[in-house]
Amino acid sequence: MRLTINGTAHDVDAAPDMPLLWVLRDLLGMTGTKYGCGMALCGACTVHIDGEAKRSCTTKASSAEGKQITTIEGLSDDGSHPVQQAWAELDVVQCGYCQSGQIMAAAALVASDPTPDDAAIDQAMNGLICRCGTYERIRAAVKRAAELGGR
Amino acid sequence: MRHSSAGPTRREFLKTSAVATGGLVIAFHVPGAKRLAIAGMAPADTFAPNAFLRIGTDDTITVLLAHSEMGQGIWTSLPMLIAEELECDWGQIRVEHAPAAPAYAHTAFGIQATGGSTTTWSEFDRYRQAGALARAMLVAAAAEKFGVSPSECRALNGVVVAGDKRATFGELAKAAAALEAPGSVPLKDPEDWTVIGTPRKRLDTPEKITGQAQFGIDVQFDGLLTAVVAHAPTFGGTVRSFDATEALAVPGVRQVVQVPSGVAVVADHFWAATTGRNALKVEWAPGPAAGVDTDALRAEYLELAGTPGATADETGNVAEALATASKTIEGQFSVPYLAHAPMEPLNCTVRIGPDGCEIWTGTQFQTVDQGAAAAILGLAPEQVTLHTTFLGGGFGRRANPANDFVAEAVHVAKAAGAPVKTVWTRENDTRGGYYRPAFVHRARLGLGADGGIIAWDHVAVGQSIVTGTLFEGMIGENGIDPNSVEGLIDSPYLTGVPNRRIGLHTPAPGVPVLWWRSVGHTHTAFVVESMVDEAAHAAGRDPVDYRRTLLADHPRQLGVLELAAEKAKWGSPLPAGQARGVAIHESFGSFVAEVAEVSVEDDRIRVHRVVCAVDCGVAVNPATIAVQLQGAVAFGLSAALHSSISLKEGRVQESNFHDYQVLRLSEMPAVETYIVPSKAPPGGIGEPGTPPIAPAVANAVFALTGQRLRDLPLKLTLQG
Repeated sequence: MRLTINGTAHDVDAAPDMPLLWVLRDLLGMTGTKYGCGMALCGACTVHIDGEAKRSCTTKASSAEGKQITTIEGLSDDGSHPVQQAWAELDVVQCGYCQSGQIMAAAALVASDPTPDDAAIDQAMNGLICRCGTYERIRAAVKRAAELGGR
Repeated sequence: MRHSSAGPTRREFLKTSAVATGGLVIAFHVPGAKRLAIAGMAPADTFAPNAFLRIGTDDTITVLLAHSEMGQGIWTSLPMLIAEELECDWGQIRVEHAPAAPAYAHTAFGIQATGGSTTTWSEFDRYRQAGALARAMLVAAAAEKFGVSPSECRALNGVVVAGDKRATFGELAKAAAALEAPGSVPLKDPEDWTVIGTPRKRLDTPEKITGQAQFGIDVQFDGLLTAVVAHAPTFGGTVRSFDATEALAVPGVRQVVQVPSGVAVVADHFWAATTGRNALKVEWAPGPAAGVDTDALRAEYLELAGTPGATADETGNVAEALATASKTIEGQFSVPYLAHAPMEPLNCTVRIGPDGCEIWTGTQFQTVDQGAAAAILGLAPEQVTLHTTFLGGGFGRRANPANDFVAEAVHVAKAAGAPVKTVWTRENDTRGGYYRPAFVHRARLGLGADGGIIAWDHVAVGQSIVTGTLFEGMIGENGIDPNSVEGLIDSPYLTGVPNRRIGLHTPAPGVPVLWWRSVGHTHTAFVVESMVDEAAHAAGRDPVDYRRTLLADHPRQLGVLELAAEKAKWGSPLPAGQARGVAIHESFGSFVAEVAEVSVEDDRIRVHRVVCAVDCGVAVNPATIAVQLQGAVAFGLSAALHSSISLKEGRVQESNFHDYQVLRLSEMPAVETYIVPSKAPPGGIGEPGTPPIAPAVANAVFALTGQRLRDLPLKLTLQG
């Protein structure tokens, strides 16, 4: 199948039911997208498909053919996406494992809602688990990213 | 037993095995200039004055961490200790995990390990000394170069200056490397600190916001296979037989191999491995814990709690004092087994070569895991090179004296005859044991006429964490595992009671248990602070004021209590439907008081705000401390409100985050942290914020509803 990831076309030899997560990580070596649960319960695997936040662990890679897939590696060339800037400014990360997913979910949110309020943040971000407890800074950084101009 | 669907790739991986050593180049003196060399040579033009520091001619400062970064912020705070004495340019610092080696042994434990909230205090002198030693050598090199005495030279921001002469550390590195290291160097007066005590942003942020940070699960190299292991459904269960036919038919599956912990499906990638694992048919022989049912276990523990148990502490005459008390109060408490559930599921990558073995993993127990791998392979420990990656959370789970995930991965790679990354599925992780042990406590308190506590009769029931491990020596008189009674026998509330007895039963139902962020304090603080709160109400006293009386002789506890009460405006009105609860606890050398503001909606407990006051001695990085308190509150709230591992017929019922629930963003309270200024030696900070949150919330729920909740997770009984 042919997948367009971060603007580049990749031909991959994968079973049609193989989740996008494992195509990214194990076939293409793009390990920024993380495995946490395999059941769309934790959000660590969040990527964008045509701009929408999707859980790549339960998304069949074949269903993303012909669509624009964006991963943490492609969010910006240099960590300069407003969400990444806000994350750096507010020192959000701790262990960092969930943060690729958090950042991708936040980026999709601020792209669709330039002034997300707490309810919108709860709605978009509640599906993403952080065991270090960075939630307060995530909430603040989403708001800061919106101030910085979303995308 | 081994089945193969494709030729093993042993030769392929042997060809690539030279590649992996290329990334790690270390050579160093230990302080005192005894030269050691591990895993290669120092890069040319590098000044490596000790095991913890390298200074390049390009002015880069590389700090090697003897401990693991798992979110707690030591990637930043240990370099701060070095920078304080080295006088380097903060922007030039790079950080690496050290290899597993004796030079990096924990200064208190003697093994290379991260745990017990010990990193900062255990390295406080060693890392400052490492920086001071390097500075002294750079200054000596500069003095020689400038033709002046060392006392005329001053190091600042990575440059040594004497009058109008200056040289950067990089320019001096070569000359400094040729000097003999002094034995030790005087450290700065704390009054002169410019780094310690100033908030510093994390040094690992750039790689963690771009997906570049490498966790164990991200390790990749040519020829690396991935394994997923089928584990026995009951703890200690073993493989009777298995049929790998369907597993081997899954495209991408290479081999199915039996290992001591189960049956491993080895494949080209995780998806094939897990699909193969699901297609595997295994007959299991039940393990010794096959009969465990946690409801029955709780009933059994409650019964045991009615009997004295082994004496952990006894003073005065508790029976007599209870009989003469003006008032007695009694409570029985229970807490369940808990999984650590780090976001990165357990994993370990192993490549076995002709002369040794290489391991990549996120571990809290480097030399212990190294030794276990060596024993399995018949190698000497130094033949096992262990690379520590970032840890996607640890919380104690990656510090396992039984080395479960590392030993298993070594067995899999050995059986497969190929380099293999063994990855635990979330289900394996949730069901894999090594839980915070379930505990039951029963306490009877007698109050005197003035409301003070004159008698405290306490029995705790729960498994020992260290029995049967290399830490068994911790077990004291009467078979008391200190992990079971910490925060209880040393609680200032209890030591102030003239008549007291603490008993402990240590049953052994066979469920694997382990330290879980704040260990025994997770349950002892809940019980003690709940009982003290009950005593305050029984005495008709305000909960803060009552504690103030009991803690009058304990200035550090009192200090955090007063600060938290002041900042939370204890006693001031709250919005309708909210109430406050307080708890104070000392653990891991630090003191934390928390005031929780709570409301109840139907049967849901909602925590709006938590005010924390902490006295952790010298605060090295105040930014880290605030973050650790937030994290500790979140971790403790998961246990207070949601998480529980249950077993029926020996099988763990929970499997993933739908039924093993943890705190989510919408439930996160606003956490405020206030640090008591202190010149006392540093205490721990990773764990001490966790113990007070469950009792603070339970005490607030009582203040709000009159319901005294004594079981975790807290469950309200709906009224009306």
